[in-house]
Amino acid sequence: MNEETRDAPIDEGNRLQAFFYAMQECLRSALGSIRSHRMRSFLTMLGVIIGVASVICIVSLLQGLTRSVMNEFQGFGGNALQIVPETSREDRMIGKWNALKAADLDLVKERVAGVSNVTPMAFPALPGGVRYGVNSTVAQLIATTSWYQLANQSYPRIGRFITTSDNDSRRRVVVLGDKARTDLKLPEDPLGTFIQVGGEWFKIVGVMEARGDMFGQSLDNYLVIPFETGRALAGMDKPLNMVILLTVDNIDAVNDVTSRITALMRREHKIGPKDQDDFKVQTSQSITETIQRVSSTITVVISAVVGISLLVGGVGIMNIMLVSVTERTREIGIAKALGAPRNFILMQFLIEAMLLAVIGGIIGIGLGWLLGVLAAKMIPHFPPPAVPWWAIVGATGFSALVGMLFGILPARRAANLAPIDALRHE
Amino acid sequence: MIELRGIGKTYRMGDTELNALVDVDLDIARNEYVALIGPSGSGKSTMMNVLGCLDLPSTGTYKLDGETVAGLSEDQLARVRNRKIGFIFQSYYLMPRTTIADNVAQPLIYRGLAPAVRRERANAALARVGLEARTLHKPNELSGGQRQRVAIARALVGRPEVLLADEPTGNLDSKTAREIMGVFGDLHREGMTIIIVTHDAAIAAWCQRVVRLHDGRIVEDRQQASHTHAESA
Repeated sequence: MNEETRDAPIDEGNRLQAFFYAMQECLRSALGSIRSHRMRSFLTMLGVIIGVASVICIVSLLQGLTRSVMNEFQGFGGNALQIVPETSREDRMIGKWNALKAADLDLVKERVAGVSNVTPMAFPALPGGVRYGVNSTVAQLIATTSWYQLANQSYPRIGRFITTSDNDSRRRVVVLGDKARTDLKLPEDPLGTFIQVGGEWFKIVGVMEARGDMFGQSLDNYLVIPFETGRALAGMDKPLNMVILLTVDNIDAVNDVTSRITALMRREHKIGPKDQDDFKVQTSQSITETIQRVSSTITVVISAVVGISLLVGGVGIMNIMLVSVTERTREIGIAKALGAPRNFILMQFLIEAMLLAVIGGIIGIGLGWLLGVLAAKMIPHFPPPAVPWWAIVGATGFSALVGMLFGILPARRAANLAPIDALRHE
Repeated sequence: MIELRGIGKTYRMGDTELNALVDVDLDIARNEYVALIGPSGSGKSTMMNVLGCLDLPSTGTYKLDGETVAGLSEDQLARVRNRKIGFIFQSYYLMPRTTIADNVAQPLIYRGLAPAVRRERANAALARVGLEARTLHKPNELSGGQRQRVAIARALVGRPEVLLADEPTGNLDSKTAREIMGVFGDLHREGMTIIIVTHDAAIAAWCQRVVRLHDGRIVEDRQQASHTHAESA
C-alpha cells in the first residue's frame, strides 16, 4: 500500500489536539442524538428542569426581597447609628421596660468625638389621629429635630424641614410624608394649611420626598413634628419612648464610636460590670447583616430540599441513557469494530448524559426566573426578583454533576460491550 | 502478511463445549484475493472475527503485519482494527443518522485527525467508489449497492493492510453483486489484500484463492487459475 501517506501514530505532541477533536466529536454526536429524540430528551430533562426552576424561582424571590430591604437600609446610611433601649426577657415578663433618658442625648452630643447629626426621635401616641376637614388618617408620628433629615438621609420635597427654632419654641408645625398627604386629600402643595394632630392644630411647613413601598407597606405614611412639641403634647412628666439617631463622621471609626458610647452609657446608667446593657447601639450594618443571615439560611435550607428533586431528575436521565445504550448497541458495535477505544465510547455517553442535564438546567434557570417574575407580579407590592450569579453558576454546575454522576453507569455499560456481541445485536 | 498457527476457538455453552475452530494454519500474503467459504456452522464467522481482531483465539498464534495479536488489550485490538483492517459487512452497518461523508470519516475520528483532514479523505474514498456526488445524503436515501459502496469507502478511508468482507453481496441482487465484486477486483489490482467470507460459490469464483472450512477445519485450499473478471462494469 501507499506507505508514505500512512498516518503517523499519535505521539505525545498532538495527543492534546487529538483529545480535543475527540471531545468535539462526542459533543456533536450527543447533540445529534438529543435532537433526533426531541420529545424523549425533553421529557428526560423535565426532572432537572423542574428542580432547577424551583430553586431559581425561590432563590430569586428571596434575593429580590433581601436586596430591596438592603436598599432601604442603605438609604439609612452605612455610617448611621441608632441607640435604642433594650429590655431583657426576664424584665419584660415582669412588665419593666427600659428607656433612654434626656441626659443620654447630651452625653452622646458632648462627650463622643467624631459623631454628627445626633438627634432624638420619639413616637408620641396622640389620641384622635390626624384630621383635615372631614378626612382623617392614621399615620406614624415622629417627634424629632432638624438633624433627623441628615441622619436618616431623607429631605423635604417642598417647603422646609423642622428647624432648631421650631424645636426651641415648641412650634406647632408639621412636615408630612407623601402618603399621609394623599390620605388626607391635601393638594400637591399644601404648605400653610392647618391640620389637626391629636386634637391640636398644626401648620404644614413641608412635604417629604416619597420613598415608596416595602412589603406592601408605604414608607411615606408619617408626620414629623418638633421633638419638644411632641414631648409637651405627650405630657412633660411622662417618659418618652425615645431612640437616639446619629452618624459617624469616619465610617472606619464605627466600631470605636460604638464602644465609646457603650462605655459612657453603661457608666451613666450605673450598670455593673456583670450586668447586661439596658440599651443597644445598632449600626445599619448590624441590621443588614441580620437580614442577610436569615435570608441565606432560608436559601440554603430550600436549596437543599429542592436539590433532592434534582437527584430524582438524575435518575430519570440514567434510566433513559440505559435505554439509549440498549437501542444503540449495534452502533456501539460498529464504532468498536471501526476502532473506537473504550474511553471514547465512555466519554460519548457521559457527555450525552451531562448535556441532557445541563440543557435541562439552563431551561430550568430561564423558567425559574420567569416564574419568579410572575409570582412577584401577582403578590402586591412584592419587590422584583433578582437571580444572583452564584445561583446560575451553581444550578448549571450541579446539573452537570448530576448528569455525570448518573451517566457513569450507562456509559460504562456501553463502553464495556464486547464488539462482536454488540455487532450481532438485533 | 497474515500468519495463523494452530488457531483454535472454543465456545462454552452451558456444560457443552463447541469447537468453532480447530488447529487452523493459514498464511495469506500481501495482495492476495481470498474467498473463505463453507456452509453455515463451519467456523467462517469465527474465522472472520479472529482475523478481524474482533475476538481473540483460544489457542494458537496470530501474526498480522508482523505483529502478534494474542495478548493485546481491548484498546490495543481496537487500534489494530482501526489502522490495519477495513471491515465490510453484509448489512452495511452504516450509522443511520449521519451523512455518508460522516459515515466514511468515522474510523478517522479514532485516530485523532482534524475534521478538515477527515472530510478530505472521506471525499477521496467516496470518489474512489463513484459516490462523490452523494456525500451529504443519509444512508437510507441510497440503494443497497450504493450503501455497500459507502461501506467499502469507509473500509478504505483508513488505508488498511487488508479488507475483510463478510458476505458483502448477501443483501444484494445479482447485478448489483457483480458491480460490488467489480469494485473489489479493481481494489485487488491496485494492490489491496482482500478476504471475502461467503457461502456463495459464485462469489468465491471471483477470487484468486479459495479456502474451504468445514467443522472448524480447513478442508480445501486451492488457487484458481482463471477467476472471474469484472465484465467491463
